[in-house]
Amino acid sequence: MTEPYDIEDPDVGEPEVLSLPLDAWHRARGARMVEFAGYWMPVQYDGIIAEHLWTRENAGLFDVSHMGQLLITGEDADAALEALLPIDLSTLKLGSQRYSLLLDENGGILDDLIVSRWPDSLFLVVNGATKWDDIAHLRENLPDEVTLNHLDEQALLALQGPKAFAALERHISGEYPLSALTFMHFGKFEIAGVPVTVSRSGYTGEDGFEISLPGEAAEKVATLLCGEPEVKPIGLGARDSLRLEAGLPLYGHDLDLETTPMDAGLTFAINKRRRAEGGFMGADKVLSELGKLYHRRVGFAVEGKQSVREGALLFDQDNAQIGHITSGGFSPTLGRPIAMGYVAGIYLEPGTVLEADVRGKRVSVTVAVMPFVPHRYHR
Amino acid sequence: MTRYYSQDHEWIEVDGETGTVGVTDYAQGQLGDITFVELPAVGSALKKGDAPCVVDSVKAASDVYAPASGTVTETNAALNDAPELVNSDPEKSGWLFRLTLSDIGELAGLMDRAAYDAFVGGL
Repeated sequence: MTEPYDIEDPDVGEPEVLSLPLDAWHRARGARMVEFAGYWMPVQYDGIIAEHLWTRENAGLFDVSHMGQLLITGEDADAALEALLPIDLSTLKLGSQRYSLLLDENGGILDDLIVSRWPDSLFLVVNGATKWDDIAHLRENLPDEVTLNHLDEQALLALQGPKAFAALERHISGEYPLSALTFMHFGKFEIAGVPVTVSRSGYTGEDGFEISLPGEAAEKVATLLCGEPEVKPIGLGARDSLRLEAGLPLYGHDLDLETTPMDAGLTFAINKRRRAEGGFMGADKVLSELGKLYHRRVGFAVEGKQSVREGALLFDQDNAQIGHITSGGFSPTLGRPIAMGYVAGIYLEPGTVLEADVRGKRVSVTVAVMPFVPHRYHR
Repeated sequence: MTRYYSQDHEWIEVDGETGTVGVTDYAQGQLGDITFVELPAVGSALKKGDAPCVVDSVKAASDVYAPASGTVTETNAALNDAPELVNSDPEKSGWLFRLTLSDIGELAGLMDRAAYDAFVGGL
């Protein structure tokens, strides 16, 4: 049997795998830990399907402390960041956050991220696997007057699911009631005396919250939240199947340096003023592609029970290779396999039937509307 | 009947010339929730080390290797509707396929239960 996960042995000359603040907490709860983005992370506790369904019906607590939390300050921080991201910061109000893309000079995607406006700074949350490259890119390209702080002593928890609000509300106090916090906004709160920044956002398609807090308080807060009857700890495995059902791309799989915002169907991240004015890294390429259709990220329903996974090539009815799968797996909510991938521009119509090559066997796939499971954000 | 184990976490139970193959409890635990099993065709001739069977979990697809050479005589049809049997009962009703062994001598390279348990304990 082949190993289902790439488990690296820390004793054999590999770079040291680091531990996050909740490492012992996860292990004490029976998590299976795997190396991910240079850290030991919990991939599952009870089993991915059970954890996935629990999150869709109740609330799941995810430890995403591997992600990069960056603070950008300085007099012209807005202008400096706008030179790198296609975001319009003039319309990003205090207490709001927005999805954006870090682009290279060719319009390729270096990372996707969330930008929040704090009172005197901009707060960025970037992917764990790319954070060191992101920091190097930002340090190289931001002017000296702008300061980048990596908040590497902060932990990050995500509480996701239809009962996340009820569970969190019992423990939180802040500048305004939690009920006033809507999707893609954040505020300063306290949980059991611990100062936290809470945003109403996430990566599951469900209502939920992301909680930035000091690493040394992470165990206390995680234990408190998991003491609520609605809440269980959930591993990275279910995080991946949940985001796939929600149609959300995963950097390094569905997005990379070879994909542009147009390809990825993420042109909403090129804010209106920036389309007109340009002036961000990669703008020439990105703006010249707007409205053109080379290839595009789409979803797929998969015939049968066998999953179609990343790397599978896609063929049209004439057996011409016209795309590939970038994410795929079993959907616990739907009880069947689903996938995401890129196809040439003439195959985008939902209902288009294509064939995927799965280990030498052809499997029929049909272009499907995403999300596969409706979003339930609290707007 | 004697049961042997491979370093790739397959078991094979041998009764005369017939071998029944499955994956171990340790293997199913590593795989996680199994959602589909691709079984070999009855009549196919396998060489030891071939990968005639794929176990699909939520997370990944994993090959199952033939622990010995032979011809497939039967597959576990129950897995078509209930692949989760490989999780719940991997070493009994979650068996994968049967084969007529072509070289009993190959079994000498496999482990007995005690040796396999020691092998897993060292992982």
